[in-house]
Amino acid sequence: MLSRLQCSLGLMVAVFLAGCGESGSAITVSGSSTIAPLMAELAERYETETGIQVDVQSGGSGRAIADVRQGLADLGMVSRALKEDEQDLEGYLIGRDGIAIIVNSANPVRALSDDQIRAIYTGKTQRWESGPGEGRDITVVHKAQGRSTQELFLAYFQLENSQVQPDQVIGENQQGIKAVAGDPFAIGYVSIGTAIYEAENGTPIRLLPLEGAPASLAVLAQGNYPLARELNLVTHGAVSQPVADFLAFVTRTDMADVYHDYYFLPAVE
Amino acid sequence: MITTSSLPLSDRLLALVLRLCGGLAALVLGGIVTVLLVRALPFLVSEGAGIWKSTWQPGQGEYGMAPMIAGSLFVSVLALLLAAPVAILLAAWLRYFAPRLRRPVLAGVELMAGIPSVVYGLWGMLVLVPWINQWVPPGASWLAGSLVLALMIVPLALLVTDAALGQLPLRYQRAGEALALSRVGMLRRVLLPRAAPAIVGGVVLQFGRALGETMAVLMVCGNVVQWPDSVFAPVRTLTANIALEMAYATGDHRVALFASGLLLIAVTGVLLMASWRLRGMSHG
Repeated sequence: MLSRLQCSLGLMVAVFLAGCGESGSAITVSGSSTIAPLMAELAERYETETGIQVDVQSGGSGRAIADVRQGLADLGMVSRALKEDEQDLEGYLIGRDGIAIIVNSANPVRALSDDQIRAIYTGKTQRWESGPGEGRDITVVHKAQGRSTQELFLAYFQLENSQVQPDQVIGENQQGIKAVAGDPFAIGYVSIGTAIYEAENGTPIRLLPLEGAPASLAVLAQGNYPLARELNLVTHGAVSQPVADFLAFVTRTDMADVYHDYYFLPAVE
Repeated sequence: MITTSSLPLSDRLLALVLRLCGGLAALVLGGIVTVLLVRALPFLVSEGAGIWKSTWQPGQGEYGMAPMIAGSLFVSVLALLLAAPVAILLAAWLRYFAPRLRRPVLAGVELMAGIPSVVYGLWGMLVLVPWINQWVPPGASWLAGSLVLALMIVPLALLVTDAALGQLPLRYQRAGEALALSRVGMLRRVLLPRAAPAIVGGVVLQFGRALGETMAVLMVCGNVVQWPDSVFAPVRTLTANIALEMAYATGDHRVALFASGLLLIAVTGVLLMASWRLRGMSHG
């Protein structure tokens, strides 16, 4: 009995300490859940090469801005261009990504115009108009407030969040993909890289072209995909030497493969 | 009267460790409530009236939480309505009609109670939601959330009911048999009513658990902020809202989420006290 108690007490203390243990020499990166997996991989490579530890925390582009401003993170991952009121920050473009409109692969729809998508998301079009799904309610999958995917989607389609009439609100890209894969009458939007990866690995989703431009990395690379976004690292104030070294590392040309693994386009090819 | 000084060393050590643990638990709870209060109070004072409205658009400074408070309550109440009868009847049946099955079933149920809630959520998202979607789209709905929660509640409610029935003095059963009451009659008129306060107390505790459940609900409820017009409509609960938006929230939006956490603690506190009352009645 005693030993068990001691164990649990010890465990609690351990958890406590783990929460507090922030070593001074490590570089902290926080922000966009879109960039985080890529950054984690880059951080791991950096650590094996230099021995310097890089902590990557996911939590959205908005969080990245707040964290670097408050000095909680050395670098922020922001998966969009910097806004007007963010000019106090220094941005470093590391890559590009797009947002893909996805439907279930059982859905015969091959293309939707921007106006049609806008009508679906604002609830003006309630049902699918052709194919086996004719007359069935469209399940509109939308992202939760504060995610850069959602901000970009709304900006591109010139919508206010209050105009959107969703049937399901999701958080992470993966949840959006599962929602559309499990519902033949659903429509959603996720990061193009995630969507291509899932579609190639047998998840029943289809990426729709936007205004005639197919949702593919090649089109994105040519700069012809309309719903594209920048992937940025941001800093606030003076950049320390370790952080500058890490910035140089992630934009090195031989790191391009890592970006491709996550279906992003590196800024430097 | 036992004094600690007369006890052996190991017991005194144990008492010390137990006090430390108790104190630490109280300290953590106190800390959580304090942090929530400190963060949320200025917001509650300035915007307190706004949280009872229906529009949640943090981007435009509208923080109406009423549909989400209702969503939390609706999902949990329906889950309880689905789970409680099943759990109570099953427990009574196992104890008085199929005592041989009782041990193996309880073992299985204990295993069920130990499954992490995310696993229930994953099952709900991949199996239950598409299934409901075939009948009434969109599938992710109030009903899906309640069904998943009900599945999580049944095992614990069953164990609580079983324990409550087990604590009844054997003389009730003996007296009932001596009076030649039928087993059903005895259960209905004597045993269940006597155990009712303890059973209800346990079930109310499960209600608190349902209210606090986050991930499983987030995965199956659809998370649309609205007043549901049927059980097939999507809803967002307060907990799902916090999980969805906290990492992305800044400024007032963040504080509003702290306020909703405070609301949840208040509701859970009330439920806990109700549960104590009811269980106190069964012993007193």
